[in-house]
Amino acid sequence: MTDATDPDKFTGATPDNALRNSDRAEEQAGPVLAADGTPLKRSLSRALRRQKLRALGLIAPLLIFVLVTFIAPIADMLFRSVENQIVSNTIPNTVQALTEWEGTGDDLPPQSAYEAMYFDLFLAAEAKQHTRLGSRLNYEQAGISSLFRTTGRSLDDIGDDVQDVLEDMDESWGEGPFWYDMMWVGNSGEAARDLFDTKRSQLARMTGESLSGDVNFMPSAQMAEMLPLTTQAYTSWAIFAALVDGDTVKEEEPWEAVFTALAYDLQNGGAERVAAYDGAGAAQLQQAVENLDQIPQIDFQAIMAEADEDWNNVANWRTIKLYSPDYTPGYFLNAVDMQDGLDGFEARPENQQIYMMLFKRTLFMSLMITGSCILLGYPVAWILANLPMRTANILMILVLLPFWTSLLVRTSAWKVMLQQQGVINDVLVWLGLVADNDRLIMINNQFGTIVAMTHILLPFMILPLYSVMQTIPPSYLRAAKSLGATNWTAFWRVYFPQSVPGIGAGSILVFILAIGYYITPEIVGGTTGTFISNRIAYHISSSLNWGLAAALGSILLAVVLILYWAYDKIVGIDNVKLG
Amino acid sequence: MAEVILTDTGKKPISFWLPVVAAAGAFAGIFVGTANGSTLAGVLGGAILVGLLGFLAIEMLGRPMEKTVRWAIVALFVVGGFLLGGIPGAVVGGLFGWFYGWFIYWIGYNRYRAKLVPYLTPGQVLWHYAFRVICGAIFVFLITPILVVMPLSFNAENFFTFTPEMLSFDPAGYSLRHYRDFFYSSDWQQALWNSVSIAPVATLLAVSFGTLAAIGLSSEHVPFRRAIMAVLISPMIVPLIISAAGMYFFYSRIGLQGTYVGVVLAHAALGIPFVIITVTATLVGFDRSLTRASANLGAGPVRTFFKVQMPLILPGVISGGLFAFITSFDEVVVVLFVGSAGQKTLPWQMFIGLREQISPTILAVATILVAISICLLTTVELLRRRSERLRGMSPG
Repeated sequence: MTDATDPDKFTGATPDNALRNSDRAEEQAGPVLAADGTPLKRSLSRALRRQKLRALGLIAPLLIFVLVTFIAPIADMLFRSVENQIVSNTIPNTVQALTEWEGTGDDLPPQSAYEAMYFDLFLAAEAKQHTRLGSRLNYEQAGISSLFRTTGRSLDDIGDDVQDVLEDMDESWGEGPFWYDMMWVGNSGEAARDLFDTKRSQLARMTGESLSGDVNFMPSAQMAEMLPLTTQAYTSWAIFAALVDGDTVKEEEPWEAVFTALAYDLQNGGAERVAAYDGAGAAQLQQAVENLDQIPQIDFQAIMAEADEDWNNVANWRTIKLYSPDYTPGYFLNAVDMQDGLDGFEARPENQQIYMMLFKRTLFMSLMITGSCILLGYPVAWILANLPMRTANILMILVLLPFWTSLLVRTSAWKVMLQQQGVINDVLVWLGLVADNDRLIMINNQFGTIVAMTHILLPFMILPLYSVMQTIPPSYLRAAKSLGATNWTAFWRVYFPQSVPGIGAGSILVFILAIGYYITPEIVGGTTGTFISNRIAYHISSSLNWGLAAALGSILLAVVLILYWAYDKIVGIDNVKLG
Repeated sequence: MAEVILTDTGKKPISFWLPVVAAAGAFAGIFVGTANGSTLAGVLGGAILVGLLGFLAIEMLGRPMEKTVRWAIVALFVVGGFLLGGIPGAVVGGLFGWFYGWFIYWIGYNRYRAKLVPYLTPGQVLWHYAFRVICGAIFVFLITPILVVMPLSFNAENFFTFTPEMLSFDPAGYSLRHYRDFFYSSDWQQALWNSVSIAPVATLLAVSFGTLAAIGLSSEHVPFRRAIMAVLISPMIVPLIISAAGMYFFYSRIGLQGTYVGVVLAHAALGIPFVIITVTATLVGFDRSLTRASANLGAGPVRTFFKVQMPLILPGVISGGLFAFITSFDEVVVVLFVGSAGQKTLPWQMFIGLREQISPTILAVATILVAISICLLTTVELLRRRSERLRGMSPG
C-alpha cells in the first residue's frame, strides 16, 4: 500500500517529479514557461494543490463520518471520566458557601453552608434531581444517597409551620396574587435583574434544559435588599413554576421554602427594614413583624439535623466539599483503588480494592492467552508455510473457518464442550479416565476462559506468522545444516530470528484483542475468569456509575493505544492483512 | 522439497517393527482396559493383539495379501468394538482397525521414509512425524468445537451433549425440533429479521464511504496520510467494550441510543476499517495510467470511475463489504449497549440464550451461522483469487 502511494517512489510523470525537474532546470537556465505562458513551476504547483484537494475531498465524507460516529463517542467517554459538574450544578450555592470552610478538622461547616444547602436541596428535590446527586456522591461515601433522599422528603415541614402561623394572622399569605404583587418589581421600580438571571441559569444547569421562556416576573431591587433570602427563594420558585411546571406565576401560592426564607429574613434584621416599607403587602409584613415571637425560630443547622442527623457528620460535608469542583480525578483514583483523602491521595481500605486486582488479572490472562497462541500457532504456521501449496491451502481452511465463524457460535461450542455434563467430560468418563461423580470443572473459571479465548484468537496469531514465514526461504535451513548445524541450532540461530517479526505482530494483535474481550469471559468466565471489561459493562448497565466505567475504559484505552503505537512502529498499520 | 529422492522401501527387521507396533497397540489398550476395569490387562492385551496381527501380516502373509489382511483387521476390530461398547464401540473399533492395518504395513515396510530425504537420522524421522502429529492435534483443537456443534443441533433431547441414542445412531435420537424452534419462535425470527435489516444497511454505508476514501487515500498526494489512516482504522483497534461504552454515552446524549439509526451508524463505523484495508490493498495493483488513458479518451472522472476503476477493484470492494457485513452480523457488544429491545439481533439473542435459559436452539442457530460463514469464506477466497489473477500476481 505504501509503496504505491509514497510520492517519492514514483518515477513517472507526476506533478511532484516535474516540480523537482523544473527546480533542477531553473538552476541551469531561467524559469521554464508552460504552454500558456505562466511559469511552469507555478502551474505545476497549482496542479499539485488541485490533486491534494481532490484526494481530501474523497476522504472527507468518511473522515467526518468516523469522527462523528466513533471518535466523538470516545472523546465523550474520556470527558465523562473526569467530569463532575453534577455537584456544582445541583447545589451551586452550597458549593460556594463551602469554599470558606477548611474541612480538615472536626468542626462542622458554617451556618451559611447549612442555609445554602437547605435552599439548594429544596429546589433540587422539587426538580427531582437530588437523588441523582445522592447516588453520585454515594460512590465516594456510602450512605449519602439515603441521606439526600430522606432529607428531600422532610424539607417542607418547617415552611409549612411558618405558613400556618402567617395564614392565621392574615389569609392573604396563602394567596398567589398577594405574593406576586409584593415581590414583583412593578411598572416603575428598579429590577433585581442580576438575581433573576443567576437563578435562571442555576436552574437551567440543574435541569439540563435551556429554560429560555418568558417567566412574566421580575423581582424588585427594593425587596431584594429588604428581604434578600425571601426574594431569592421566591424568584427560584417563580422561574420553576413558570418554565418547568408551566404555571402562571401570579396565580400560584409559592412553595414552603419561601415561607422559611421570610421567617429567617424577619428574624435576622428584616424586621427593622420592614418598618420603613410602604409598598404592596406592607401592612401584612408589619403585622408579621409585630407577632414575630409566634413565628418558629429558624435555625438551618437544626432543620437539616432534624431531617437527618447525618448532616452533623463532618465526613459527609467533607465528601461534598471534596467533590464540588467541576472536574475531578475521583473516578480515576477509584479505578486504581485510591481515593482523595484529607492528606492528598491515599489507598482505599483493603476490602474495597478490586480494580487493581482486575487489571492484573486481565493482563495476566491476556499474556497467558498470547503465550498459548504463540505455542499453538507457531508449529501450525510453520507447517502451513512449508507444505506444498495445494495441501497448505486445504489446511488453511481449517484455520480460516473458525476465523469466519461467529464469535457466539465458538463461545457456545466451548460451553458445550467444557461443561460438567459436556462433551469432553463425557468422553473422559466413557474412556474411564475420570470417575462419573468426579467430573472435571473446566468452565466458569480462568481455565475455561483461557482455553476458549486461545481458540478464538488463534487465527489472529497464525495468519501474521504464516505470512512472515512464507517469505523465509527453506534453503537457509538446509544451508545451515550443510554447514554443520544441528537441527536445533539451525532452527534457533537461523529460522527463528527471521520469524520474530511475525511473532511480534501476532502477539500484539492477540494481546490487544484479548485485553478488551467481553463476551467470552462473560459466558465461560464465571467469577474468577472475568476481565476488566466485564466490570466496565457492569458499571454501565447495572450500577450506573458511568464516570467510573469511563475512567476504567480510559485506562484500558490508554494501554491499548500504547500497544497500537508499538504495533505501528514494529509492523506498520498499513501492513495489516485480512484473509 | 525432495519428492524426487526416493528411499528404498524394503522390509524392516522384526526387532524394529514388532516393538513399535506392539507399543501402538498398548497405547489403545490403555483406554479399552481402563474403560473395562483393568488398565494393565488392557495394555498387555493391546500389545499382544496388535503385535500378533503384525507378525501374521508381515512375516507370514506379506505384501501380496495386504488388502485382505487390512480388511480382516478392520472386521476384527469392528466385532471387538461392538462386543465391548455396542454400536459406538463398533465405529471407534473400525477406525482403530483401519489405522492399525495401515500402521503395521507403514512401519513394517519402511514406507514412512518413502517421501523423506535419505540422509535423515532415525531421530530426525521420528521428530518429523511427531511434529506432524502435534500440528494435527492443533488443527483438531481448531476445528473440533465447530464440528461438535453441528451433530448436537440435531439432538432430539434438550441436552447439550450426545445422548446414548445419538451415539448408537438410533434415528429416534435425532430430530429437527431445534430448527423448528428457531423457525417458529417469534423471538428468534424477530432477531433474525433485525440482523438482516441492520447488517446490509451498515455494510452499504461502510462500503460507499470506505471505497471513496480508500481511493482518495491511495492517490499520490495526501496530506496527513498517516494521521487520517490511524483515525479511520481506529474502530478496529479500540476494544469493543470501550467503543460500546463511548457510543452508549454519546448516543444517549444526542438521542440515538436505542434506535435503529444508532445501531446502523455504530455498525457502519465498526465495519469501515475492513473496507479501507481491503480496498486499499486492491488499489496497490491498480495501474494508474488506465485512468489517465480514459481521461485522454474523453471520459469524465465519474465515467472513468464506474467504467474503468470500479470493475477492476470490485473484488476488493466486495470482500471488504463481506467483512463489514460479517462484522455487523456477528457483532454483539455494541448492539447490546447502543440498541434497545427493539433492535435485538441474532447474536444478542444467542448471548441471552447462553447466559440465561440454555436451550439447544442456540446450537441450531450456530449450525446455520456456520453454514453462512462457509459460504462467505468461499466467496472471499474466490474473489481473492480472481483479484490476484486480474492483477497478474498469480498464474492461476
